Amino acid sequence: MSTPWEAVIGLEVHAELATRTKIFCGCPTTFGQPPNSQVCPVCAGMPGALPVLNAEAVRMAALAGMALGGIVADRSRFDRKNYFYPDLPKGYQISQLAMPIVSGGHLDLPLEEGPKRIRLIRIHLEEDAGKLVHRGSSGLAGATHSLVDLNRAGVPLIEIVSAPDLANAEEARLYLQELRLVLLTLGVNDGRLEEGSLRCDANVSVRPAGTLALGTRVEIKNLNSFKFLQKAIESEIQRQIRRIEAGEPIVQETRLWQEDKGTTVSMRSKEDAADYRYFPDPDLPDVVLDDAWRAAVSKGLPELPAARRERGVAAGLSRSEAHQLAGDPALWHLLETVVGHGTPLRDAARWLLGEGLGCLADAGLDAEAVLDRAGGFARLIELVRAKRLATPSFRKLVRDVLVHGAEPEALAHERGLWLEPDDGSSARIVDEVLRSLPDQVAQWRSGKHQVRGFLVGQVLRALKGKGDPATVGPLVDRWLETPTAD
Amino acid sequence: MDGDATLETAASLVGVVAAGDLTARGATREALDRVIRMDASLGAMVHVSAERALARARQLDEAPPAGPLHGVAIALKDNICRAGEPTTCASRMLTGWAPPYDATVVRRLEAAGAVLVGKTNMDEFGMGSSTETSAFGPTRNPWQLGCVPGGSSGGAAAAVATGMVQVAIGSDTGGSIRQPAALCGVVGLKPTYGRVSRYGLVAYGSSLDQMGPLARTVADAARVLEVVAGPDSRDATCMDEGPWTWAPRPIAGMRIGVLTRLVEGPGLQPEVAEALAKAMAWYEAAGCTLVPVAMPELAWAIPTYYLLATAEVSSNLSRFEGMRFGLRREADDLGGTLERTRSEGFGAEVKRRILLGTFALSAGHQEAYHGRARKVRQLLTEAHDRVFRDVDVLLSCTSPTTAFPLGSRLDDPLAMVLSDVATVGANLAGLPALSVPCGFDRKGLPIGMQLQGPRGGEAIILDAGHAYERAHPWWTARPPVAWDLQPLAGGTRA
Ligand SMILES: [Zn+2]
Repeated sequence: MSTPWEAVIGLEVHAELATRTKIFCGCPTTFGQPPNSQVCPVCAGMPGALPVLNAEAVRMAALAGMALGGIVADRSRFDRKNYFYPDLPKGYQISQLAMPIVSGGHLDLPLEEGPKRIRLIRIHLEEDAGKLVHRGSSGLAGATHSLVDLNRAGVPLIEIVSAPDLANAEEARLYLQELRLVLLTLGVNDGRLEEGSLRCDANVSVRPAGTLALGTRVEIKNLNSFKFLQKAIESEIQRQIRRIEAGEPIVQETRLWQEDKGTTVSMRSKEDAADYRYFPDPDLPDVVLDDAWRAAVSKGLPELPAARRERGVAAGLSRSEAHQLAGDPALWHLLETVVGHGTPLRDAARWLLGEGLGCLADAGLDAEAVLDRAGGFARLIELVRAKRLATPSFRKLVRDVLVHGAEPEALAHERGLWLEPDDGSSARIVDEVLRSLPDQVAQWRSGKHQVRGFLVGQVLRALKGKGDPATVGPLVDRWLETPTAD
Repeated sequence: MDGDATLETAASLVGVVAAGDLTARGATREALDRVIRMDASLGAMVHVSAERALARARQLDEAPPAGPLHGVAIALKDNICRAGEPTTCASRMLTGWAPPYDATVVRRLEAAGAVLVGKTNMDEFGMGSSTETSAFGPTRNPWQLGCVPGGSSGGAAAAVATGMVQVAIGSDTGGSIRQPAALCGVVGLKPTYGRVSRYGLVAYGSSLDQMGPLARTVADAARVLEVVAGPDSRDATCMDEGPWTWAPRPIAGMRIGVLTRLVEGPGLQPEVAEALAKAMAWYEAAGCTLVPVAMPELAWAIPTYYLLATAEVSSNLSRFEGMRFGLRREADDLGGTLERTRSEGFGAEVKRRILLGTFALSAGHQEAYHGRARKVRQLLTEAHDRVFRDVDVLLSCTSPTTAFPLGSRLDDPLAMVLSDVATVGANLAGLPALSVPCGFDRKGLPIGMQLQGPRGGEAIILDAGHAYERAHPWWTARPPVAWDLQPLAGGTRA
């Protein structure tokens, strides 16, 4: 019989902060520029150049700390992490070891059965390294030479370190997704895993289920998509269980996920790990923050995804609708703007998800791009709610209103889509149409109630698009249920 | 005009140029001429930018004189970056490197009308007290060519002592401005840490380094500090204070603390002790009160200094790996190239200090060495703060001895290190300190007196130094190497 095993997983996530300039100099942080075009003496590590801290990076790190329930330190400090690598121009990385800007905190995983709280250990600020481009091979191994691009050197990063509270690969993936969403909602990170602006390492160990002592942990690097993260952790858990069951020891080491092999491979053992010789960076004074500063920063805290989802569900949305809307900060912003024009959240959400999103997708637009059309969209919804337009008319107008910024009232008028106030003409047309379809009426009366849809459809057709199923349906029902004179 | 020695100060030169009796170009030619005539025997300069200096002087002559350094010839220690000019730190490692940018002090000096004539020799990366570890070879002491000029700003001190330039900018990590100033008979000022922007100074010990002037007179040093001091958005360790200015004040009533173990007793050359005793007697006669100060904490200063400076340098010099600038010695792979470049690029003293610092920071030793040194530094700083609650300035020798013969201490790094005993305290505590000439020994070698002040207290040490200097114009003496110089030619209008 085999022992049941449980996995213990912690994640270290590096997020590039969305500042306009680098953390210690004035160079821009724009992605995808020509190599070494965003470099100055400071981020190139020239002799004599000195770092000066970007206040916006501190604000963003603090904002993330506050949103994640951590303590933003009164005093934090930068240290030098010393090692040689060609992508590290100074021969050391400026990071934070003993006194990080944020301690503690937590992230709640939105599980089906209710939230699961994952504790955070710390968030610290550091600078990114440059990028190596290997030539003659896809990786370092076998390369004839490598080129250094320092555009990324000095881009601000926060490293968010979780406690080992994650129990499986699925939770790890959810954690990264939720963390990404929180950072995106705060506007401190652009969430682009594929561009490397969000990167993840995992610490994985296994132990007999129900025990407390932690097993030997293995660090896995290179987990730069949700899919790889999940697959790599699953594969590593299985590898560790196989070894333990075969009586082999788990070696404390760093392993690399290799997608083509579908497994992790050893990168370096603990013994090979560099001695980073951390010490406080004498070029940078301590970062001292007070209550007034924290209060000013906290004013910039938006509503977080969990709260948005909760509010959506409370307003009558389904869980999945709420997730979809809160899962895209730009879409939520558009929703809030529509609601700001007086539309109830539930209606705004349903019309956005049902019609708005499709229009935007067809037009290749981001929700953020049509924010100034939210008013027109809100009025369009209102016209339907007030039965001044029929639902099908909404579908005919929404693209012009949302994508092209047309005025819904003018457009409805131009296209002759106004619903006439009911002066009895609808009832007259119902009467005419149903009288022209005696066979189907007879079928309904004999109990074949499925023909009702056909009958309503015929009436709407006769109304030439000005009819509203919500109004026509009851009229048809009343006509059918009323014994006829003939 | 008779062109006497007064033209050797920046103050008099600016006056003469402003009066139209000499052009900036004439003054620059004179400086360059002195370099040509004297430097072959001294080795003070490692790079002379004659054409650029003359072009700059011509520019200055075309505009009305405005800046406080208008037409003053200034040399920079070779660890200060000037765009387009070789900056080697006297190391093979930086052979051929010219920075693409100006240090903040360079920009400020030029804006004040200074003419930068070149770079001065130094101990490699500032590591030494004799300018003998330079990859260019040593600089000689102008008072006795067989002796060292002190270090690490030895080239700067020799260039000022011989009148090649009115002023040189040095850097001081553990005494590197003050000790060579003392050994060459000139004034050297290390400002308060943070007074002068370090942007563009190739770092040695970042928490200790400070640039400052070497000059003939105290007033000249103050004039230059007025130009280069002040906050800089490119250096986060700069003091956040407005412009710094100085006007001399009377010294009567000043309380002068005397570091007893650094003005007498074992380890001090008797002539140094005698010169200091005379200076102390003069201060007393001038109405000052002398207060003996023991400060036992100073016994820890040297080991603390070496642990911190070497730790910082082991990290600061990591960027020299042959990839982006300076020397590159290719090998089969990355690690090999790195090893070869650093083995061949750095001299023995630099390697020794990198190794010491790497050890002091390494896992398992960090707390015992670097951690403890940081705590002791804190204690030393507090001890100085306590002393300065009771006294206005602290008087001591700058160096326990006068200049020593070339090569005499090269095989004894510890003896070299111990000669920093009087100077490292000011770097550890971040205090301003001034070295003023106070006499000569029997061999005719200059003696220096150190005046330290509280943090931000440059003015008071300059007051004390200026008053003494007016009563004792030692600076007007000329080193033998400069005896055959013709007086500065007046009226060389372009
Ligand atoms: Zn930059």
